[in-house]
Amino acid sequence: MIPLSWLIALSAIVFVIGVVGVLVRRNALVIFMSIELMLNAANLAFVAFARHQNSIDGQIFVFFVMTVAAAEVAIGLAIIVNLFRLRETIFVDEINLLKG
Amino acid sequence: MVPYLFLGFAGLLVATALMVVLHRNPITSALFLVLAFVSLAGIYVLLHAEFLGMVQILVYAGAIMVLFLFVIMYLNLQHDVERGVQIAVRRGIGWALGALLLLSGGALLSRGWSLGPVKADSGLEGIGNAAAIGQTLYSRYLFPFEVTSILLLVAMVGAIIIAKGQPAQPDDGTEGE
Repeated sequence: MIPLSWLIALSAIVFVIGVVGVLVRRNALVIFMSIELMLNAANLAFVAFARHQNSIDGQIFVFFVMTVAAAEVAIGLAIIVNLFRLRETIFVDEINLLKG
Repeated sequence: MVPYLFLGFAGLLVATALMVVLHRNPITSALFLVLAFVSLAGIYVLLHAEFLGMVQILVYAGAIMVLFLFVIMYLNLQHDVERGVQIAVRRGIGWALGALLLLSGGALLSRGWSLGPVKADSGLEGIGNAAAIGQTLYSRYLFPFEVTSILLLVAMVGAIIIAKGQPAQPDDGTEGE
């Protein structure tokens, strides 16, 4: 059996990589992919705890998270496409309409 | 055996996640993200969550990433023109990988789609946990499951409305500053 600490460490590493991606990158699509990475890190933690507590509920939650992620991707990509139509860019530095 | 497989998948996951964040070309980032999802599916299978591993590949590496690639290519960002490996070398790599895939497919077909000798006593526990997940999902978590359908409906309608754009705005060039 894989030690729980390894799994949680891996989950934390992937989550931090996702956070760094959101903070560092300027391309809205790559920021979105980093958010997906963070969601997957959370899923990994769910599955790890479900495995170590011999319970199926964690996997059910991962199922729901995947559904929400799919809905989120559809909406988010629609927003990005619309943003590109309006502003001709998806680089978040150049999207500053609300800045005073 | 399982810890080594886990370390391999974990290393692949961390490396591809780093490449997603660090690579300049969004298409390359998306393809590395597919690889990250596939290695995560491998970890799920190692954790005896076979159904989730399958769903991970189908939903994430399949549907969601196709949507990502579609949008990237639709927006057609002309940044970061790829230099690096020559096109002939790249084409050679593509042919080699395709031939390898064809050969492995042929080998699998000739052996009746099974890699090793099929275990005779592989009962339900060898197949996966789809039945257990289904039973829990349709009994204790029935209400959240039904709410999920509303969520998906709202997302679908919302995506269509948002992507349709604004209705018949007079284009007089006042967009932006």
